[in-house]
Amino acid sequence: MVPLSWYITVSAALFSLGLFGMMTRRNAIALLMSIELMLNAANINLVAFSSYLRGPALTGQIFALFVITLAAAEAAVGIAIVINVYRAVRHINADDVNLMKW
Amino acid sequence: MGNQIAFIVIAAVTIIAAACVVIIPNILRSALFLAFSFLGVAALYILLNAEFLAAMQVLIYVGAITVLIMFAIVLTQQLMGAKIKQSSRAWWIGAPVAVLAFLLFTTSFVTPFKHPTSGTAVSIASAPAVPKDFYAENEQARASEGTTPKIAEMLLRPYVLPFELASLILLAALVGAIVIAKEENE
Amino acid sequence: MHLAWLIPILPLAAFLVIIFFGQNLKERSPYVGIAAIAGSFLVSCYAAVTWLAGHGKTGDFICNWAPYGSDMIRVGFSVDALTIMMLFVVTVVSMMVQIFSVGYMHGDKRFPRFFAYLSLFTCAMLSLVIANTLLLMYVSWELVGLTSYLLIGFWFEKPEAMRAAKKAFLVTRVGDVGFFLGLLLLYANVGSLELSKIFEHHTLIAMAAKEVSIPAIGAIAAIILGIFSYGFAAAALKGAKRLPIAIIAGVAVFAIVFALMHSLSVSLSIAAIAALLLFWGAMGKSAQFPLHVWLPDAMEGPTPVSALIHAATMVAAGVYLVARMYPVFHIDQRALMVVAAIGAFTALFAATMGLVMNDIKKVLAYSTISQLGYMMMALGVGGYTAGMFHLMTHAYFKANLFLGSGSVIHGTGTQDMRQMGGLRKKMPWTFLTFAIGTLALAGFPGFAGFFSKDEILLTAYHWEYGKIIFYAGLAGAFMTAFYMTRLVAMTFLGKPRDPSIHAHESWKVMLIPLFILAFLSIAAGYIGIPGHSIFGHYINPEVIGIEGMVEHHFSLVVMLLGTLAGIVGIGIASLIWIWPVLKFDWLKPSFGWVQTIVENKYYMDEINDIVVIKPLMFVNNAMYAFDRWVIDYAIVNGVGWFTLILSRFWSVFDKYVVDGLVNLVAETSKIGGRVLKFTQTGIVQQYAAITVICVILLSWYFLILR
Repeated sequence: MVPLSWYITVSAALFSLGLFGMMTRRNAIALLMSIELMLNAANINLVAFSSYLRGPALTGQIFALFVITLAAAEAAVGIAIVINVYRAVRHINADDVNLMKW
Repeated sequence: MGNQIAFIVIAAVTIIAAACVVIIPNILRSALFLAFSFLGVAALYILLNAEFLAAMQVLIYVGAITVLIMFAIVLTQQLMGAKIKQSSRAWWIGAPVAVLAFLLFTTSFVTPFKHPTSGTAVSIASAPAVPKDFYAENEQARASEGTTPKIAEMLLRPYVLPFELASLILLAALVGAIVIAKEENE
Repeated sequence: MHLAWLIPILPLAAFLVIIFFGQNLKERSPYVGIAAIAGSFLVSCYAAVTWLAGHGKTGDFICNWAPYGSDMIRVGFSVDALTIMMLFVVTVVSMMVQIFSVGYMHGDKRFPRFFAYLSLFTCAMLSLVIANTLLLMYVSWELVGLTSYLLIGFWFEKPEAMRAAKKAFLVTRVGDVGFFLGLLLLYANVGSLELSKIFEHHTLIAMAAKEVSIPAIGAIAAIILGIFSYGFAAAALKGAKRLPIAIIAGVAVFAIVFALMHSLSVSLSIAAIAALLLFWGAMGKSAQFPLHVWLPDAMEGPTPVSALIHAATMVAAGVYLVARMYPVFHIDQRALMVVAAIGAFTALFAATMGLVMNDIKKVLAYSTISQLGYMMMALGVGGYTAGMFHLMTHAYFKANLFLGSGSVIHGTGTQDMRQMGGLRKKMPWTFLTFAIGTLALAGFPGFAGFFSKDEILLTAYHWEYGKIIFYAGLAGAFMTAFYMTRLVAMTFLGKPRDPSIHAHESWKVMLIPLFILAFLSIAAGYIGIPGHSIFGHYINPEVIGIEGMVEHHFSLVVMLLGTLAGIVGIGIASLIWIWPVLKFDWLKPSFGWVQTIVENKYYMDEINDIVVIKPLMFVNNAMYAFDRWVIDYAIVNGVGWFTLILSRFWSVFDKYVVDGLVNLVAETSKIGGRVLKFTQTGIVQQYAAITVICVILLSWYFLILR
């Protein structure tokens, strides 16, 4: 059978990739995608722990559901912001949206 | 053994797809690989006996969020195929950080800690290799219904308040997204 | 009797209307005032009728005014026989005076305001009369004092008028202190200021039973008498040795009185003390000795004011107060004895001054003081009915006389009787009414004053503590008749003395009130005919719950003596001024000094000046000097200098130490900011990287190193 640590390893790898993407991509939409990856990594964690450790309570799955819900909301608002920014400056290059710096 | 092979295949697909998402310069292709990655996660859910969650994963992530992201890409990229340079110069800082994070997670689950009830030193790596059987008490339920009724019952009984709050948050996000994305000079 | 509250409210409304719209109303403003007072008069009639129909039952109008603690101050109006009598007096006289003023004040530049003040005064007086708590009485009492001040000083361009107004206000204020103290004492002992509560039998008995001993009263009296003797001597004497003699006189009087009475201490009941404190207040308003000094000066006000306030109503308020609080006075006879003594003394004292005055209004003013003393005396000897009866008749005929003198002043333009004479031909109607008033005041048989004065004398005659008050009353009656005859003779009879004065009869609007008041000067007496007194039926001690007072039966001897005193007074005065058989100058060689003293009003003003005002000014000046030199110069300026020097030092400290620290902090922040701003790149990924690195490091620390 598959040990729990395998799932955790996959989750860690997915999260690290998301992190890498978040730091290296300049496109705001790519940033959003990276964040989605990280959220998925967290969800794998939740469901795996739920199956292996907590027993029949399914709390982890419920949490994962809520995370999915929030991810949907986040994606909607994030993309709305991206579109708004695009309208203002005609690009979505996160590096160059730096009006707030000193 | 069959499970392990399946897991390795699925995990490989998922991780390679995710790597493509963050590395490929073409943003539209990134989005497509994102969909593959999400599908892989859904398959992992099935391996974990979470059929309902897998369905949701496919519906929401693959069906909705990916499509949404693609729309956004099409709206914001003047030309399909995105000529602008997609990767950042900061890769030399991103890579070490990501590797460091990965190391942290792996070290964390081989590090032993004190079990809260038994008091013995345990680690995640030493956790049981077999998932706890959700239907150990009731074999018939497994055959007929799956986990969905149980999740429904939990959502509407002990978690009814977070459930309602989630709907409220969705509503707020909906309204907020409309307000933000709306043309101002209308 | 729920309409009673309208009685004072109507003039108040008139006051408000005139004071706010006087500029628009101008010549029409009297109509407002007169209409309001006529309304009050009608409501008073209605109140009287309902009161009679209710067989003397009084319906009270009471409302809560202010809560304090767990108790509630309640004010209200109640109507009884005494109130109704006063209501008629006040409304009738006020109405007559307002009508008269239309003529008298014609052309005055503050014409509307005069009627506003009259209305306000009437309001205050009426609410004083029908108040059923001492508190409301006190409030009205002060309001009456205020309007009196405004009206005396109505012609405030005249310095004398201004001074007189101030004097009246301050002197009556001395009395008001007594009223207020009496109020507090009653409240402390009764727990309420409502008259009905104070007059409860057991309350009165309890107050009369509680004796308080006042020690060293003899010594205090000796000091006061000594100081006053000094003041009198210093004022009366002339020459270089004036002050030493005055000091010797003062010390001598003090020594004698002290030797006689130094061990005297008086024990009085609470009731008597309260009564005397109230009487003190009444002395101020009713101008009883020694607080009478303001009334003659108050004649500087317009003559209708003198008629309304200083003859008929306000000065009667003191008498009314004593009558209203009569149960408190009566429960301890010692209080009444003081009232009788001061009343009788004032009656004689003021009458002597009336004999020698040459100003027509001053004569009437002293006559008023004298008559008020008469009323007080009557109350003091137990003549509750007599005193009130005299108050009423006196209000009518004295208002008549004052308005008559106003008519004379209006016609001649002077107040000095030596410039008048022979006005009978030029002002026949004024003369007629004035003569009626004079005869009423002199107590000539058939006129109002005859009945009331007779009743006072009758009561005094039967006073259980002696006949001295009765003789004082006879002397007062004699002098009254004497100076009034002199007044009429000098003003109306004989030949014109000053050819520059061209007198003329006054307008009808001024004569009509005179006729009405002259009629009342006769008719008012007939409701108090001895034996069949309607007045006495409704207003007598038993109505206010005092038992066991003997009703004195008509006595021919007393009546004959009283009438004789009046007629002899008229006769002697006639022999001097009308048919100059006797010469006043005959008395001069031996009694000239008496005349000097009396003409100088017993030096009362000068004594006040020497005894009260000069020491007060001395103390004031000393305090001023103390303030100026010790407090201002030494302390305040010293503190100022000290502070200045200290502040110089601290300013240096501030500049270099405190400011330095502040600047140091600011500079540090600035440098820190300059350095740290380079981390603010605006690139989100950098922020995220920093965050993640920190999280990783911290996690490692907690996971592994710990």
